Amino acid sequence: MRILTLTLMTASWLCAQNTIVIQNGTIHTVTKGTFQGSIVIRDGKIAEVAEKVMTPPGARIVDATGKHVMPGIIDAHTHIALDSINEGSVSVSSMVNVAEMLNPEQINIYRALAGGVTTANSLHGSANSIGGQNVLFKTRWGQNAEGLIFKGAKPSLKIALGENVKRSGNPQGGGFQQGAQQNLRYPGTRMGVEDVIRDAFTRASEYQKEWKEYDAKKARGENALPPKRDLQLDPLVEILEGRRLIHAHCYRSDEILMLMRIFDEFNIKGVTYQHVLEGYKVAKEIAARGDGASTFSDWWSYKVEAWDAIPYNAAIMHKKGVLVSLNSDDAGGAELMRRLNTEAAKVMKYGGLTEDEALAMITINPAKQMQIDKWVGSIEAGKDADIVIYDKNPLSMYAKVEKVFIDGKEYFDRDNDITERPRKEAEKKGLTEKEREIEKKSAPQTRRPS
Amino acid sequence: MKSQIALIAALSLPLLGGQNDTFLIRNATVHPVSSPQMDNASVLVVDGKIADVGSKIAVKGKIRIIEGKGLHVYPGIIDSGSPIGLSEIGSVRESVDTGELGDFNPQLRSIIAVNPASEHIPVVRANGITSVMVTPGGAGGGRGGSGGSLISGQVSLMHLDGWTWEEMEIRRGAAMQITWPAIASGGRFGDGDAPPAFAARRTTFAEAKRTQEQQVQKIREFFEEAKRYQLAKSSGAAGFKPDLKFEAMLPVLSGKMPLMVVAAREREIREAVQWAEREQVKIVLAGVRRAGKMTEELAKKNIPVILGSTFTTPLEEDDPYDEPFTLPGELAKAGVKIAFASFGTQFARNLPYEASQAVPFGLSYDEALKSVTLNAAQIWGVADQIGSIEKGKIADLIVTDGDPLEIRTQVKMMFIKGEPVDLESKHTRLYKKYLARP
Repeated sequence: MRILTLTLMTASWLCAQNTIVIQNGTIHTVTKGTFQGSIVIRDGKIAEVAEKVMTPPGARIVDATGKHVMPGIIDAHTHIALDSINEGSVSVSSMVNVAEMLNPEQINIYRALAGGVTTANSLHGSANSIGGQNVLFKTRWGQNAEGLIFKGAKPSLKIALGENVKRSGNPQGGGFQQGAQQNLRYPGTRMGVEDVIRDAFTRASEYQKEWKEYDAKKARGENALPPKRDLQLDPLVEILEGRRLIHAHCYRSDEILMLMRIFDEFNIKGVTYQHVLEGYKVAKEIAARGDGASTFSDWWSYKVEAWDAIPYNAAIMHKKGVLVSLNSDDAGGAELMRRLNTEAAKVMKYGGLTEDEALAMITINPAKQMQIDKWVGSIEAGKDADIVIYDKNPLSMYAKVEKVFIDGKEYFDRDNDITERPRKEAEKKGLTEKEREIEKKSAPQTRRPS
Repeated sequence: MKSQIALIAALSLPLLGGQNDTFLIRNATVHPVSSPQMDNASVLVVDGKIADVGSKIAVKGKIRIIEGKGLHVYPGIIDSGSPIGLSEIGSVRESVDTGELGDFNPQLRSIIAVNPASEHIPVVRANGITSVMVTPGGAGGGRGGSGGSLISGQVSLMHLDGWTWEEMEIRRGAAMQITWPAIASGGRFGDGDAPPAFAARRTTFAEAKRTQEQQVQKIREFFEEAKRYQLAKSSGAAGFKPDLKFEAMLPVLSGKMPLMVVAAREREIREAVQWAEREQVKIVLAGVRRAGKMTEELAKKNIPVILGSTFTTPLEEDDPYDEPFTLPGELAKAGVKIAFASFGTQFARNLPYEASQAVPFGLSYDEALKSVTLNAAQIWGVADQIGSIEKGKIADLIVTDGDPLEIRTQVKMMFIKGEPVDLESKHTRLYKKYLARP
């Protein structure tokens, strides 16, 4: 026994450079209660969480006395870091993938990080019934696009219902917000939206059958020609086979129910309803399917399908057994992503949920929805060391993020951000001056208004 | 001795007698805002006015008692700019009455178009907001109407309770809303990260500057004409004919009505301040995002600032991530009087949190609370009526279980003009209905 302990100690000493101890903070584990304690991080993973831990020699100590520590925030629905969001020219665009447009230099990644977000699900837009493939990434600011990707996570696809789809299909003078289309594009009604989705999964089922027959023939050693590869239907087959998740943009209870019945028909699981502002009206049905719901805290009245939206939506759905998360839907810039912690506090105000229930909606619940909860979403031994340190209770308006760790690496430090500002300001000034000089040298008469 | 007897009488007669707008809240923590908080204190309201505040209050005869043990009393919160009542569903033109056509509409009065039955009113009230500066145009990056005008019309200060807009009125012409022209050469995305396909056609700086100068010239000419009208009227010039536009400008020219000048950046702020000085008109800046070197001058000249939402992204891509959060504290520290406005309807209920968002980033708590109560009342010239719990003021009160700038706090009771206000809304009704669904 003693030898074993000794060996363990030696081992921990050896990798002490990769060891961080967050000491003596109020730890909101989210899944295992809140207590005064410490966290040992080793090689990017949480090694131990307890009231008292042994500090390995040589470990970096982060004093969290008087501070609050919680798991990194997970935003289940955003559009940041994408150079392109909507491929709305066709009704089914499952062949496109926003991951190709992931821009690791977009400042929104840093801003989200500074707000405690460590994992973000950047989705295709809502212009068409079946949109594109989404990208799940960690806000590892400074890494390239490949370095941002959340490795090992199941891929997902966007589906959209209601006004946005109708509007870009048949603008009638209204025009879709992001680039109005002049041409009509089926569907332009909720009836048409249902048809497009059923038709797509019907085609996908047939296509899947063709491949199964081909595989069977080949297995029997028969000579067979493979079916023609269909990039549009491939992701839908993955959904049918449980290898891809769905994020479905929806508002009204009727359309949510409609979509659930399509999913029943094709035996599709792994669905998270997005926005789902009238989810509270069909919470029983959502819970019965075991699907998730990712909603806004208190948005309403910005369009007709948001007229019955209420800030109690998350609480009702939660009370009726739905797995609920809160998201930002940030598109133009990371705004809400900087304060999802206080968005979560709104479920305490509207519906009387507890602190843990509130925090779960921006951590473990979205992790479960995206089936990444074995890696992230709570402070538990064995999980990725994605950790946020706040100076006060994160559910208070008076709290601010001080440090953010992803995979045990410190990616944000508020003090450092502030001390770096004068240097960055000077660098900017230098660059601006240089640009002016170049402009002066170039002949101004050659520059004409475009 | 006399007062002691009255106090005992009051204590022993709960929920008895008196009008609806006459009552005593007792044993509460009272936050007058104008003075430090008082523990175990009472607020006496008589005929809709605050009659007394203190730890020992003399009450004559029977009075309705409201037990305030464990509760807090604050003045009602004031939103310094929202098109509430004028805009119901943002995307439905038929339900939106902000942003009239034309450059100069000083004759328009927002009050007469306020729908007292708007579903937004009870929703906003539920978070402690009792009065609003109702704006006729969009403002400061607000989520309201089109706001294409230079002068959008008169802003009316209104109570969020009343059977008609007349009953809701506090001050009909509380301010004149004017938008100072900005040089707009950028695309529609502020972050400079607009996907190329979505970016609006960018005008050159020279083009944009020329347009801006033309608009400023229009404002100068309009004021010149208004002054001639004023002179003609006062001198009883022959052939004088009334004109509603210029008539509406008279209180502005005489300094009785302040201008709510929407100006976001340093350049617009400087131009507006210099112009106002020449014209000798009173201004309040609104939707300020970056005052820069003008900050000290605003403090020196006592020009107040209505901040837009703190819940916004930094102006420039390379600005600090917390730039919108630090701005209120920077202005307040420099000595500028600040207040907050929602400049919208759907998020207007979050006004108290717009203020508290700035607290961890440098704004003092007391100043944050003032910026949604007393500061607003002072800026709009109604500090003798609302904004704090002081003897003689209108009894706009909220009773809470904690700090109203914290999200989790619940507003338990509200009084507007001393009348109890229903805190139920479309949202609470739907909540109860669907929570009870079998």
